[in-house]
Amino acid sequence: MDAPVRELSFAQAIYEALAIAMEADPRVFLMGEDIGVYGGAFQVTGDLVHRFGAERVRDTPISELGGAGVAVGAAVTGMRPVYEFQFSDFATLAMEQIVNQAAKMRYMLGGEVSVPLVFRMPCGSGTGAAAQHSQSLEAWFAHVPGLKVVEPSTPHDAKGLLLAALEDPDPVLVFEHKLLYKMKGPVPQGHYTIPIGEAATVRQGRHVTVVASAIMVHRALEAAETLAQEGIELEVIDLRSLRPIDSRTIIESVKKTTRLMSVYEGVKTLGIGAEISALIAESEAFGYLDAPIVRLGGAECPIPYNPELEKAAVPQVPDIVEAARALAGGRT
Amino acid sequence: MDLMEKAMSSAEVRANLPEAYRRLSPDQLKQALKKMHLIRLFEEGAEDSYQRGLTYGTMHLSIGQEASAVGICAPLTDADTITSTHRGHGHCIAKGADPKKMFAEFFGKETGYCRGRGGSMHIADVKTGNLGANGIVGGGLPIAVGAALSMKLQGKDSVSICFFGDGANNEGAFHEALNMASVWKLPVVFVCENNQYGMSTSTERSTAVKNVADRAVAYSMPGVIVDGNDFAAVASASMAAVDRAKRGEGPTLIECKTYRTRGHSRSDRNRYRTKEEIEAWVQRDPIPRFEQELIGLGFLTAAEAEEIRAAAAAEIDEAYEFAKASPSPDPADVTRFVTTV
Ligand SMILES: Cc1ncc(C[n+]2csc(CCOP(=O)(O)OP(=O)(O)O)c2C)c(N)n1
Ligand SMILES: [Mg+2]
Repeated sequence: MDAPVRELSFAQAIYEALAIAMEADPRVFLMGEDIGVYGGAFQVTGDLVHRFGAERVRDTPISELGGAGVAVGAAVTGMRPVYEFQFSDFATLAMEQIVNQAAKMRYMLGGEVSVPLVFRMPCGSGTGAAAQHSQSLEAWFAHVPGLKVVEPSTPHDAKGLLLAALEDPDPVLVFEHKLLYKMKGPVPQGHYTIPIGEAATVRQGRHVTVVASAIMVHRALEAAETLAQEGIELEVIDLRSLRPIDSRTIIESVKKTTRLMSVYEGVKTLGIGAEISALIAESEAFGYLDAPIVRLGGAECPIPYNPELEKAAVPQVPDIVEAARALAGGRT
Repeated sequence: MDLMEKAMSSAEVRANLPEAYRRLSPDQLKQALKKMHLIRLFEEGAEDSYQRGLTYGTMHLSIGQEASAVGICAPLTDADTITSTHRGHGHCIAKGADPKKMFAEFFGKETGYCRGRGGSMHIADVKTGNLGANGIVGGGLPIAVGAALSMKLQGKDSVSICFFGDGANNEGAFHEALNMASVWKLPVVFVCENNQYGMSTSTERSTAVKNVADRAVAYSMPGVIVDGNDFAAVASASMAAVDRAKRGEGPTLIECKTYRTRGHSRSDRNRYRTKEEIEAWVQRDPIPRFEQELIGLGFLTAAEAEEIRAAAAAEIDEAYEFAKASPSPDPADVTRFVTTV
């Protein structure tokens, strides 16, 4: 019998995944700044401290490098820590532990250890938090072998991917777009996982493949709705995992549509779109392309404060509509 | 002096001995001496094999610092963990590693501790509680705190030992790690091996306090300074800190004042210190000093001392041959061990 499905917010779905994992596995514990009685900067951990106690829902000093390293040490000695970065921007203070230690320890030690930890990474713009609290740096981390990087777009996937991350033997970074926290969607009760490394085709279409992640999936779906009125059909792929990346789903889609566009919030140059373009250029789908590949990424600037500027710095629905229409080249 | 007088004075001497001599059995003391020889001979062998082109990359020798590694590890069991540094051969052997697998790692062989993927700077031996050397100065500090938190959450009666250099005490990771360990009263012992230089930069030029141990005050933990070339002093300080940690009273910062008599690494031309300074420290070599002390206290005879040295030398020779004869990893396996699944 399928589990009952309710409407939950993205934040509630994450909360539920954390609670399920903590109930099932005494090794799972949470660390982060103000995740206890405060409930987390985005109220994701909520009342977990009252359910599981301050030992397992542990407020840390404002020490991102130290906190990330404590997670690494606990992970290699039998625990399954979850470290919440208050904003993923602050992971720049912890790059040492994430990139040099967590990602490489298994390899450097010839496979003698695993590093089963989860870093929770609230990311993205759209909240007026400006340049140091709005970045989308997921491509940085996806460049590092030894890390796994996921980026859910719905409450359903947020819960399933987080539960998969919590059961994975390797370090997983879960990027949570801040604008999604309040978004509601159907979430099955109880335990389920979404496999890391699998994209989802969230809308079928014949004319253009749009590969998006996180908030951009919703914008791409909205654009697809608009273009459908004109007879242009977008096929929207929700990437969900950046490392490992699901090349197969993208390749098969492009073979069908013959046109490819990527939409992502991180800065356009040397970002996710470059990788998606390259993997198609290197694959058998290249010969199927009927038009040059298009990338819609963040502008080449920090995220600005002014709301109009902020919108202009990342792809919006009209940008996607316009670019996809041009790419479709009059085909309907 | 008649016999009676002699017996009395030696009993008196023993009552005033450092704790290490009262708590460690003669056998344990001999083991400690053997480990110091193993470290010295391993590193001399490493130096030699480098000159013969058998090893690759660089290496950081701890010659002159053996008493610190072995003294700190004296009260530990395999359930206790250590995090080590780029200068980690001594810690590794002190914690119980097999020189065979260390040499094999040094030579990049599949039989090495890291299957040839890590090299000198990443040797680890998880089974004996060694979570690994580290190529990043200060990298092990937060990890050691994490291991201690793990022990606490799992209700284990073990301690986490964190070795680091004087240079590392100026990294942010040092301060974050000590603070967290103290706030959470974790079973960690922070061990600063102050060999007075971070590469060429002396502590006077890099560190605002006179002693690294002075920084313990800022984190509400005891800061203990010991002569790092005196095995018994180091081991006794370690015992006290380990006991405190196991009583749930939290971390201690031990500063072992010592000296590396070799250069920082292969590239060092010793332009920042004088021959006289080095020579003065060579005179304070911890190994003959410990040996003489054990003989003087009647724990060891001169003949036994020679046997121990010879046994260590034989073990190192065997390890060296084992490593030389071992196979290299298959290049086709270059992406193995990146992730578990
Ligand atoms: C973060 C970082 N910065 C710089 C280096 C280069 N480096 C390696 S060892 C070293 C000196 C470290 O000094 P100390 O901590 O006193 O240890 P010692 O070498 O004296 O044992 C330096 C600068 C490094 N490996 N990591
Ligand atoms: Mg030093």
